[in-house]
Amino acid sequence: MGIRIGVIALQGNIEEHVQAAERVLAERDGGEVIPIKHGGIVPSCDALIIPGGESTTIGWLMEREGIASEIKAVAEVKDIPILGTCAGLILLAKHGQIERTKQPLLGLMDVHMKRNAFGRQRESFEALLDVPVLNGDKFPAVFIRAPAITSAEKNVQVLASLDGYIVAARQKNLLALAFHPELTKDMRFHHYFVDMIRYDSDFHPA
Amino acid sequence: MQKGGVIMDVTNADQARVAENAGAVAVMALHAVPADIRKSGGVARMADPQIISEIMDAVTIPVMAKVRIGHFVEAEILEALGVDMIDESEVLTAADETYHIDKVGFTVPFVCGARDLGEALRRINEGAAMIRTKGEAGTGDVKEAVRHMKKIMGSIRGLKGMNEEEQMKVSRELEAPFELVKETAEMQRLPVVNFAAGGIATPADAAMMMRLGADGIFVGSGIFKAEHPDKMAKAIVEAVNNYDKPEVLAEVSKGLGGQMKGLDIHTLSENEMLQTRGW
Repeated sequence: MGIRIGVIALQGNIEEHVQAAERVLAERDGGEVIPIKHGGIVPSCDALIIPGGESTTIGWLMEREGIASEIKAVAEVKDIPILGTCAGLILLAKHGQIERTKQPLLGLMDVHMKRNAFGRQRESFEALLDVPVLNGDKFPAVFIRAPAITSAEKNVQVLASLDGYIVAARQKNLLALAFHPELTKDMRFHHYFVDMIRYDSDFHPA
Repeated sequence: MQKGGVIMDVTNADQARVAENAGAVAVMALHAVPADIRKSGGVARMADPQIISEIMDAVTIPVMAKVRIGHFVEAEILEALGVDMIDESEVLTAADETYHIDKVGFTVPFVCGARDLGEALRRINEGAAMIRTKGEAGTGDVKEAVRHMKKIMGSIRGLKGMNEEEQMKVSRELEAPFELVKETAEMQRLPVVNFAAGGIATPADAAMMMRLGADGIFVGSGIFKAEHPDKMAKAIVEAVNNYDKPEVLAEVSKGLGGQMKGLDIHTLSENEMLQTRGW
C-alpha cells in the first residue's frame, strides 16, 4: 500500500507543499498527498506536513476544526513523522512567546522558539546551510519572517544552525525547519522526511 | 504567506490584537477605516508612522500599511519603518494621476488593487507581489468586488487555448506586457496571489469571494464597524476556511449582532467612487 501524506491545508503555503510532496513520492514508490482542512483525516495518514503561513491563524483554526487534538494523538501514540516548516515549527514547539499571543501550540517538541527571529518581511533572505544529515552540497534555504529555535533539550538532534539559532531540528518523529524547503528545487529535506516514514527502523519497527 | 487568510483593517494597537486573536493573517494599519475616510472627505494620506509602529509592536502577524497611488516617498517611509507589505491604494487620494510607484526597486513587497486583468498585469509588471480586487471600499456593498473578480477570472479563462498571435492581440487590448499575458494563460491564474477586497462585510460575502476564486480576503470597515468586532472577525476567518460548506457558514453566521450599515454604491456619484483612482 502506498504512503499517505497529509498536508494541513488551513492557511499558507499549501499548494507548494502538496506539489513538493507529490514530486518526492513520484520519484520513489508513489503514494498520495491529501490536503487536510477538517477533522477526521489525520488518523489515516502515515505522515503529516504543517506548512508555513501565519501560526496564529493556523493554530486557531486547527483547534476550531478539531485537527490539533488529532495531531497530538497521532504524534504521541502512533509516532508518525510530522514536518513543520516556518509557522509549522512554531506550532510544534513546547515553549516560547505563548503568553503574549495566547495562541494554542501543539507543544510536541522540547524546544524554545522565537517568532520572527531574523526580523520582519524586508529582512527575509536566502542562505546556504550546512546540513550534515543531507549528503552533498549545502542546502539552499529560504527564510521569510522566519522563526527559529533558541534552545533545545538533549533529546533534540540539531540538524542545522544559523547566526546562533537552530534552524533545523529533529526529535524522534518530529522534524522542524525554520525555512521553506517547498520553495526550492532541492528536494533532499522532503526525501529525508519520507525516509522517516519507511526506512527508519528506530521509529517504525518492522 | 497570507494565502487562504483574512487581512483586517485596524486603526490602533487594541484593534490589531483583536484581529490577531481572531486569526487574521495580517493587519492593515490605517488612520481611519475606509467607511470613515469616505465620510470625512478631504485628502486621505498615509497613516501616522507613530500609529503604525504601535501596531507593529502589538502583534506578531505581518503589518501592512497604505500609501497614496504614485507616492514613492510615502512608500520609502513605510519601508524604513519596517512594515511587511505596502498597499498602493485607491482608498487614499492619488498623488500621481499618470504613474503608479515603480515597485521593483523596493525590498518590501507591494499589494495593488485591480478591476480587470489588464490593470492587474500592469501592476504586476511594476513589481506588485499581490493583487486584490478594488471593489468599492468603505461601502459594505460587495457587488463591485464581485464584478472585478468575475471580470479578472473570466479574462483568464478566455486566454485558454489561444496561440501566441492571439495572446499578443490580447496583450495590446489589455495594455499589459505580452510575457505576463502568456504566463497567465499557461498558469490559468494570475502569476501572484489574488485577494478579494472592497465592500466585504459578512462571513457570507467572504465565502462568496472565495468561491469566485479569491486566494484570500481583505476586510476593511466590515469588522470594526460591526457591533461585535471580535465575533465578526472570528466568523469571517472561519467562513474563509469553510467557504464551500453552507452548513458551517450557517453556524458561524448566527448571532453576530449588528453589521456594518453600509452604502449601496448606486447612491454614490461618479466622483465619490474610489475604484476609479488608478490606471
